[in-house]
Amino acid sequence: MTPISKTLLVVAALAVSACSNPDRFGMGGGGAGGAYGANGAVSDPTSPAYFQQTVGDRVLFAVDESTISETARVTLEAQARWLMDNAEYAAIIEGHADEQGTREYNLALGARRANAVQEYLVSRGVSPARLRTVSYGKERPLEICSAEACYAKNRRAVTVVTAGASS
Amino acid sequence: MMLRLLTLLLAMAMGLSASPLLAQSGPLRIVIDEGVIEPLPFAIPDFVAENAAASDYARNISRVIAADLAGTGLFREIPANAYLSNVTSFASPVQYADWKAINAQALITGAVALDGNGRLTVKFRLFDVFSQAPMGDGLQFGGSAGSWRRVAHKVADQVYARITGEGGYFDSRVVFVSETGPKNARQKRLAIMDYDAANVQYLTDASSIVIAPRFSPTGDRVLYTSYESGFPRIYLLNVASAGRQALDEQPGTMTFAPRFGPDGRRVVFSLSQGGNTDLYTLDLNSGQRQRLTQAPSIETAPSYSPDGSQIVFESDRSGTQQLYVMPAGGGEPRRISFGQGRYGTPVWSPRGDLIAFTKQNQGRFHIGVMRTDGSEERLLTSSFLDEGPSWSPNGRVIMFTRETAGASGAPGLYSVDITGRNLRRVPLEGSGSDPSWSPLLP
Repeated sequence: MTPISKTLLVVAALAVSACSNPDRFGMGGGGAGGAYGANGAVSDPTSPAYFQQTVGDRVLFAVDESTISETARVTLEAQARWLMDNAEYAAIIEGHADEQGTREYNLALGARRANAVQEYLVSRGVSPARLRTVSYGKERPLEICSAEACYAKNRRAVTVVTAGASS
Repeated sequence: MMLRLLTLLLAMAMGLSASPLLAQSGPLRIVIDEGVIEPLPFAIPDFVAENAAASDYARNISRVIAADLAGTGLFREIPANAYLSNVTSFASPVQYADWKAINAQALITGAVALDGNGRLTVKFRLFDVFSQAPMGDGLQFGGSAGSWRRVAHKVADQVYARITGEGGYFDSRVVFVSETGPKNARQKRLAIMDYDAANVQYLTDASSIVIAPRFSPTGDRVLYTSYESGFPRIYLLNVASAGRQALDEQPGTMTFAPRFGPDGRRVVFSLSQGGNTDLYTLDLNSGQRQRLTQAPSIETAPSYSPDGSQIVFESDRSGTQQLYVMPAGGGEPRRISFGQGRYGTPVWSPRGDLIAFTKQNQGRFHIGVMRTDGSEERLLTSSFLDEGPSWSPNGRVIMFTRETAGASGAPGLYSVDITGRNLRRVPLEGSGSDPSWSPLLP
């Protein structure tokens, strides 16, 4: 084992502990951009930043739905390909709901959405061992206006990739 | 801790005949179910300070009692500047004519002493002015000076109970989620306060999202959901020590919406696995878990009937969120909500007669109540976003979350009488959500 790969392993281990706590690190939930600042250049197609911004890390849902739309399918195909090509990454899929709904129901709805994305990625060949899901319900809206323009962006599932697949 | 601060010394007789508490059913009586439109006028002269050290307490206790009673919407305080006579001694006879002249139907007098050990003694009497008679016996409460608000609430509970014939709800607490920051970066902390928003204390820090705390039947423990582990999970918190423990830690699952059974030992909650949410119970003593529902639909927001025999919950098995009742051990659920719109967050009233819920219809949110068979649905509120009702200990008042719309929207706590009257904002400084009302404190 060369010194370089040792370093990589340490980084990977750190990332695993971070990925077990998506809330504290605010990835994908708290706001656009930001979270990937330290995760490589967008120009590097193997970087999480590339995944987020070029592949597309999120898909949107209709009101009270967890069905994968045609648009979402295109994004998820690209996500699956990227995850297959970059096997060293794991992902947490965050399910979110807009504010029009009761808290508990929205948690359950977010779980459905995250699961729908997970199932799709698995159906495209991504190992389920690399994927986890979490629901935020309506706790972490991205857009804060109380109108459909914002609600539409909040009804989302975000695939947050982190180094350190538990292979 | 608090439990020992206060001892209730019953019926010191005070030179009055020892009549049972509610025996006097004279004209001074509010029958709440008849729908009170005109609040009952009462006078509460500042309680007499029996020594100099007690004077601030005497005034403040009188003010809290007055605020408790007026806050119900059932009573109206007559301002002190209208009084024709003063009460300077707890023992001197009441000048009924003076109080009748200003139309005070109820008169509350009292006296407060503070001894050298910091111990308060509060005596009070309630009079039916128009019948010219005391209403029930005089009572004396004792407590530490620091618990003066609780003593005041206990007096107000007595007055409320004697006049309405129902239990009071003032000596109680509310656990809730304190919120700060903008909508897309909300910080949430568990907090506890008196029912009237006094004495706010924080139970958790803001490092993790916390959701929907629920009191145990004795008010000493709280169930809630936290993202402490990175995933929503149910926790049990001891109120006195603020110590907490995670419950039901199964990898690959999310747990939320916990609520105690009436025995304080069983917990019913939702568990999501593979995108599907069902109901489970957990026995806190044995750690044994039981699955109650097994359906591909969402089953959540469960609440026990006060006798522990049934559970009301919400499910979208029909296609939209509706309310269902099933036996507490599981079994065929019976749908009880049939009106327009969606129904969620059902909570069984402590009297067992009603179920409070959140209703969504045509872009508006409502808090409502219905009988346990779903009949006689009544909507109590309407706004951009009302949700999460919690019952007062006597089942007369509902506290809930009202969130305002837009980028600067924020949640506040509100209360409303089950008649739909007396909608009030709970005077909490800052934002709060997800209230859970304790039982009456011992």
